[in-house]
Amino acid sequence: MSLLVVTSPHAHGPMSTSRVMGTVLMATLPGVVALTYYFGAGVIVNIVFGGLVALLCESLALLLRKQAVKPFLKDYSALVTSTLLCIALPPYAPWWLLLVGVSFSILIAKHLYGGLGYNPFNPAMVGYVVLLISFPLQMSTWMPPLGVGESVPGLLAALQACFNPESFDAQTMATPLDLMRQNKGLLLSDLYAANPQFGAFQGVGWFAVNAAFLLGGLYLLYKGIFTWHAPVSMLLALSLCALIFYDEGSSASGGSPLFHLFSGATMFGAFFIITDPVSSAVSNRGRLVFGAMIGLLVYTIRVRGNYPDAVAFAVLIANFAAPFIDNYTQPKVYGHGKGKGGSKGSEA
Amino acid sequence: MRRIYDFHGGIYPAERKTLSNEGSIRKAAIPSQLVLPLAQHIGPTAAPAVAVGQEVRGGERLTDLSGLPLHAPTSGVIGAIEERPIPHASGMMAPCIVINCDKEDRWIELTPVEDFRRLSPDQLGRQLFEAGIAGLGGAGFPTARKLPGDSNDAIKTLIINGTECEPYITSDDALMRERADRIIAGVEILAHIARPKEILIGIEDNKPEAIAAFETALARREDMELVTFPTKYPSGGEKQLIEILTGKEVPSGGLPASIGILCQNVGTAAAVHDAIVLGRPLVSRVTTVTGESARNRGNFDVLLGTPMEDLLAQADYQPTVRQRLIMGGPMMGVTLADHRCPVIKTTNCLLVPGPGELPEPEPAQACIRCGLCAEACPARLLPQQLYWFARAQNHEQLEEHHLFDCIECGACSYVCPSHIPLVQYYRASKAAVREQKADNARADHARERFEARQERMAREAAEKEAKRAARKRAALAKAADQAADGDPIQAAIERAQARKAALAKTPGDEQAIQREKLARIETRLAKAREKLAADDGSDPAITSALEKAVATTESKLADLQTTIAGAGGTPARTDSDSETTSETENA
Repeated sequence: MSLLVVTSPHAHGPMSTSRVMGTVLMATLPGVVALTYYFGAGVIVNIVFGGLVALLCESLALLLRKQAVKPFLKDYSALVTSTLLCIALPPYAPWWLLLVGVSFSILIAKHLYGGLGYNPFNPAMVGYVVLLISFPLQMSTWMPPLGVGESVPGLLAALQACFNPESFDAQTMATPLDLMRQNKGLLLSDLYAANPQFGAFQGVGWFAVNAAFLLGGLYLLYKGIFTWHAPVSMLLALSLCALIFYDEGSSASGGSPLFHLFSGATMFGAFFIITDPVSSAVSNRGRLVFGAMIGLLVYTIRVRGNYPDAVAFAVLIANFAAPFIDNYTQPKVYGHGKGKGGSKGSEA
Repeated sequence: MRRIYDFHGGIYPAERKTLSNEGSIRKAAIPSQLVLPLAQHIGPTAAPAVAVGQEVRGGERLTDLSGLPLHAPTSGVIGAIEERPIPHASGMMAPCIVINCDKEDRWIELTPVEDFRRLSPDQLGRQLFEAGIAGLGGAGFPTARKLPGDSNDAIKTLIINGTECEPYITSDDALMRERADRIIAGVEILAHIARPKEILIGIEDNKPEAIAAFETALARREDMELVTFPTKYPSGGEKQLIEILTGKEVPSGGLPASIGILCQNVGTAAAVHDAIVLGRPLVSRVTTVTGESARNRGNFDVLLGTPMEDLLAQADYQPTVRQRLIMGGPMMGVTLADHRCPVIKTTNCLLVPGPGELPEPEPAQACIRCGLCAEACPARLLPQQLYWFARAQNHEQLEEHHLFDCIECGACSYVCPSHIPLVQYYRASKAAVREQKADNARADHARERFEARQERMAREAAEKEAKRAARKRAALAKAADQAADGDPIQAAIERAQARKAALAKTPGDEQAIQREKLARIETRLAKAREKLAADDGSDPAITSALEKAVATTESKLADLQTTIAGAGGTPARTDSDSETTSETENA
């Protein structure tokens, strides 16, 4: 009678990589719904087409690297990358923009560095920044949201925009930040009054979009997919910066904390981008530093930088710093240090 | 109400305790053969003190006292003393004493201690050692070695571990439910030895019956406190339990005693009672048999050395294909390769999972640094960093990240979504680091020896050289003394002359010497003339020099002749003159 000899532990928890990735995909749903509501079907077309490209690129890369294709495709990591990138891209982006962005994310930013788990930079953000630098015109072509434009394009218009860009009549509008930058010296209230499309304190729709991503993020926190440290630290740092420079009114103030928290990619970045475990700091203390650094950078780039797309740049810069942060934020291991004190709070 | 502290991390695996915690402890049958490995605990092992063929009775000591002793669990005949498979992760063989049981269970007369309070801590410790008591919780540390002796009263807190946090296992639970009084009696003995200021009995809140039993047993006692706390794995780890109950941490690499804490398992406490109050050595223990491959699961009071197959048979074991036999629980238990392995002092559970009950691990995927492992680690390590360093064999970083503080509880492996067998990496890395350190130590030792040898040889050579130089100096000095003019031949001649002179001891000495000199100068003159005659005159310089030499010698000869004739002048001056002449000749 032969017995099977394996090492402990013999029990395994319910979590698996595909479940983690699947949960992340699920959690993007509220945000995607909000985006679709305000910007139309272009968001969905982006995600679906981008997803197909991602799966193809992933398979190709795995084949070239002589690795098993099926188990890796099943971990959904490629889909997560492409979905996050496609959410960040302007809806009604032409197909080639998606193709370039997604394939760069998967092939270069992920597989060239060794594949899942080895990439030092967030692949979605690498793809995004490559597009931003290479195709600034297409990348800044955002449709006016519902409430500013009369209606949002439907599915057919979205497909047309994607696969036959020349025939699609794109409309664009300035962002509140641009407006503030271009109109220094005015009171924000006057500015908003003169530009009703920005709503009360940020662009129309963006509050809802950010709130929806916040909801998805809270779901992930509840599910224990990541810890609160990085998002909370980033949002706090961003709020603090805004609070310091906010003067309650003039357009030179750089915007209120609330404006920064609920505009642009703030919540999306805080809960879906900077929480990417592979390219962030590994310890909870490290994630606090990592998040704070991103918050600071987001504010700085938004208010002082030339590109309005602060989150992507901030994340990539912080990715550079992650190993360094790790080195200096090792948690205090049991039995080292506080041994004799006898007091113990809730250990972070 | 006592404050309960929490420790970092931990997990909540399915407990599955109800599989085995119904029904009372059953007495396992005496098998036809008992196999007692000499090593059932940590530390040195004793040597057998019995011979094959010897008849033994229950309670009889089978080994000497050079290590923790073993006793015969029942009567029989020593069948063999040989290598047998033992319950160890490596599937290794080790020396065992085999008893062929006669099933009559005749015992030697036991010698209980009438009043343990009259014995000193050292005496009680000795008794426990001689009764072969080792920790029954899992590690098997000889109990007496953990106890403070007569001179040491530094223990402030005695903790009795009734936590049993591993899923499936219920042996301590059963013991606490049925033998609470015996455990408490054992705790009294331990307390008498350690003289703690407080005694805490820690039980996880998933054992309501055990808690109730202790509440009843401790109802009128002020000296012991029952502490219950939320169920979480690995609360039963010694360090974690100490943290839960006291908030203190055992310093890395140190023992609980260093912070005034002594921790003992409830099973150990019961064994202490048996050893002192009944005089009965440790020859049996309560073992859980559980898992879906055993249909008649439960807790058995089983004799040490009982082959597991015998015990499993009593639990109606029906093995399946790819059957696993796990000694211990699903988190830290080791799989065994052989059903014949015996139950030993640390066998708290035999787990035989049915098909699909504890699914075999899925193939490992890439680490995505999700950090769930760090969230689960009770030692507050960064398991995924350790994993990368382990794969890179970066021993320096492994130690920097405190690899050796890993308690191998398996919580990280449990939560890893990529199914990476993290604990396995740490075990292997610990072994590799230890091996490298041993290698380094050996290399250092060899290098030191080599360097010492080099140094010694250099020193000897230097000494030899110094001696040689000294001898040379002495010889030179002597030669210089003896021949102030530096001509050893001259010196030798002079010594000979001196001897001659000493022998002659006549008053006409001086003149004799002068005459001899005269004869020499005459010879020299003759030679110089010869040379001059032989000269072909090709080099005028040489010719003139030879002529000059002949002239000088002639004049010197004339001087000497004058001196001898007049017995006046100074020989020294003549000497120096003759020296100059000889130099000229040489030229």
